[in-house]
Amino acid sequence: MNALIIAAVLLVLLGVSYQSGFAKSRGLVTADGVKVHSRPQYHGSYSALWTMIPALAVLLLWFWFGAGITRSYTVGLLPQDVLLSLDQTGLNATLTRINALATGYGVAGEVAPYEQSAGEALRSFNFLTFAGTLVLAVLAGGAGFVYARNRISARLRARNSVERVIGLLLLACSAVAILTTVGIVASLVTEAFKFFTFINPIDFFFGTVWAPNNAGGAANPGKYGLLPLLAGTLMITAIAMLVAVPVGLMAAIYLSQYAPRQFRAVAKPFIEILAGIPTIVFGFFALVTVGPFLRDFGALLGLSVNATSALTAGVVMGIMIIPFVSSLSDDILNQVPRTLRDGAYGLGATQSETIRNVLLPAALPGIVGAFLLAVSRAIGETMIVVLASGNSPVLRGNPLEPVSTITVSIVNQLTGDTDFTGPQSLVGFALGLTLFVVTLCLNIFALYIVRRFREQYE
Amino acid sequence: MATDTLNSPGAARARAVRSSLRRRHLSEQIFRGFGILAIALALGFVVLLFVDVFRKGIPAFVQSNLHLSVTFDPEIIDVSPAPARNGFATEAEFTAASLAWQREVALLNWNQVIEASLRQAAPAGTDIDSRTLLSIAETNARHQVREMFVANPTLLGQTVEIDVLASANAANWIKGNINRELGDAQQQLAAPARALIDTFVDNGTISNGFAWSIFTNVDSRSAPAAAGLLGAFAGTMWMMLIVIVLAVPIGVAAAIYLEEFAPKSRLTDLIEVNINNLAAVPSIVFGLLGAAVFINWFHLPISAPIVGGLVLTLMTLPTIIIATRGALMGVSPALRQAALGMGASRTQMVFHHVLPVTFPSILTATILGVAHALGETAPLLLIGMKAFVASVPATPLDQATALPVQIFLWQGNENRNFFEPRTAAAIMVLLAVMILLNGVAIFLRSRLEKRA
Repeated sequence: MNALIIAAVLLVLLGVSYQSGFAKSRGLVTADGVKVHSRPQYHGSYSALWTMIPALAVLLLWFWFGAGITRSYTVGLLPQDVLLSLDQTGLNATLTRINALATGYGVAGEVAPYEQSAGEALRSFNFLTFAGTLVLAVLAGGAGFVYARNRISARLRARNSVERVIGLLLLACSAVAILTTVGIVASLVTEAFKFFTFINPIDFFFGTVWAPNNAGGAANPGKYGLLPLLAGTLMITAIAMLVAVPVGLMAAIYLSQYAPRQFRAVAKPFIEILAGIPTIVFGFFALVTVGPFLRDFGALLGLSVNATSALTAGVVMGIMIIPFVSSLSDDILNQVPRTLRDGAYGLGATQSETIRNVLLPAALPGIVGAFLLAVSRAIGETMIVVLASGNSPVLRGNPLEPVSTITVSIVNQLTGDTDFTGPQSLVGFALGLTLFVVTLCLNIFALYIVRRFREQYE
Repeated sequence: MATDTLNSPGAARARAVRSSLRRRHLSEQIFRGFGILAIALALGFVVLLFVDVFRKGIPAFVQSNLHLSVTFDPEIIDVSPAPARNGFATEAEFTAASLAWQREVALLNWNQVIEASLRQAAPAGTDIDSRTLLSIAETNARHQVREMFVANPTLLGQTVEIDVLASANAANWIKGNINRELGDAQQQLAAPARALIDTFVDNGTISNGFAWSIFTNVDSRSAPAAAGLLGAFAGTMWMMLIVIVLAVPIGVAAAIYLEEFAPKSRLTDLIEVNINNLAAVPSIVFGLLGAAVFINWFHLPISAPIVGGLVLTLMTLPTIIIATRGALMGVSPALRQAALGMGASRTQMVFHHVLPVTFPSILTATILGVAHALGETAPLLLIGMKAFVASVPATPLDQATALPVQIFLWQGNENRNFFEPRTAAAIMVLLAVMILLNGVAIFLRSRLEKRA
């Protein structure tokens, strides 16, 4: 309700100020025929900006500090003896009750007389502050509007001012990308640092046992050795690459070198469908179809294969990465200059000899870069491994057995938990930091290689 | 003369080349064969995945309905008459009395009503205890009947024909999701219930219809046959709305700044590297960011679409920025120079001339980015959207779940026989939404590009 009123008031301010600036600008033209610097819509925007910025600033200030002011006002309403008898949680509970009384929701249980009076006082305080803020915002906007309107003249460089504000807005938007990275690094590092106050980093990075004690609290946290998870992650990634690289690369070679145009136009989007399918779908596919199939197939060969294993997760992840490998390789193969290929044909090489001996060596750095990007993607993949890896964080070398990965453990340790106080949940951030650093290094290195490769042939 | 040419070095080479041709052409064929094999494998995987999901999911779009004639027997429904509005002075008193009456109604044993109607539907002389009998109907049947009565208290003493859902176990038995040959110990339903279900199917008391409940119901634990996707769908829509409202303007604005206004400096280089890397950061790391920053530091509500939407926004931003930059880069310099030459400012050039030309590709990239965000699961698990929520979120601050998370939750349900098809059905819904979005993107691109 309050939000709706504020939005309505702001909209009215916006409309009135824009229209008024616009109209005044039109008036300038008809009055004396002087050449006006800016077009009417810039004068309108100029006056609208001068109105909206002060009004929004007032509202923002209240948004930031209002809660604190209201809280201290409410605390001041409480009788001295009640205030002294309450600890922090008790005080918060009382404040919540008073707030509930003020908003008219009502509370459970007996209402003390001081609560009742405080609730009524708070209600009128809330109304007054809301109305006051709104009036203040309108006044600030109005003042800005009057100032801007008075300044509107033929010589006013309204366009330049408006464009400066637009430029600042654009800059702020691109700062969001930087802030995201800062936020990721800051949150991961601070929370991981908290984790390392419980667990020695050496035990974490070089420990061979992963056995968190989720019910143990800080006193008995269990063991947090990264190596079993890292081994599982690498094993699944290796299997995924064994599936994705040959299939993806050969598909890219066929599509870019052999396939007729129409076939390419149909097949390429079809393969790229794989890239658009949500990973949870692949996870389900692995769990209910690929896993049981591999188990039965293994039994046929006399092998004992677990339905959920590194193999299952790796194979399905490989399928998921195929389009990634193939479209990146395709791009890179297309960037190799035609002259190299024509030279090889001229010497009498067959098509496959040209591809193997000329095209692939020339494209090798770029293809390696593409593979590294695919590896980084496989390491960070979550849902397939959550469903299909079997979640068994034990150090072992058999891909037919269940394993666990870094991402699986993050999900296991963090879901449904919000107070990041014990090592049990904080370890998620230490794992996340490890994951972030590993994938970041791979990405930077891969992007560097790909970029170098592009420059080489430009 | 002839022997001379035959023995010359050139001829020897020609002979060597000719004799090796067979081998070289064979290896050419093999190489090409591998290429075709790879394509076939990749396409095969696409087909296999779709066929598998559809084969599993389609049966779940059929639900088994029980046609019962329910008698609102005054002996079971022993309740005081519903309060009438004109008996009370104020609206508040009437509401209080109505609520008290509804509580009284809720305390009745509505299972007895269901049981009576099931017994009536069963052939005469069927010997079955009430627990076993009630296991045929889904547990939400009693709420359904109670709500009917609350809405219309004059039903007391009348008999009404209604459809209720057969229980999940009954549906398994009817559809053959469970092996009918298994012994009693492994069956989820007792033998008399199974026999009665077969009788009901034969005499038409149970019939199959399209499972609208998947689309009209929210998730349910106590009544699995009534579990639907409505709540998850609404949660996903809220998040998509937030992503579209935030990610698209911010992403396009950031791309415009970087491509058109930013001075080429080390800082902009850094921003560029940073954005490329953000696009490749694993999605689960964005979940950690959301858990630490939005929930732990800013105290935004847990499990709420607003947090999910913000996390997905940050995740989608790099994609939109990169795509928009690519589109801006592709605009011909002639257009820019013409605009600048006519006296337009840089801002006017960008907003009036360059941006409209790139609109189709930005739109397409945006839809694809949103579609990608729609299927994301891992970051949502970390911000608590894994919680069981049996309501439709009315605002983005309410507890909610999302389609992919609902899939994750359903695949973990203990009643595998029933929930495996249902999970596949949920996947079909998710894929349908994604295909729809992608189709719209392709359609719009071709339409708009033709016009441009």
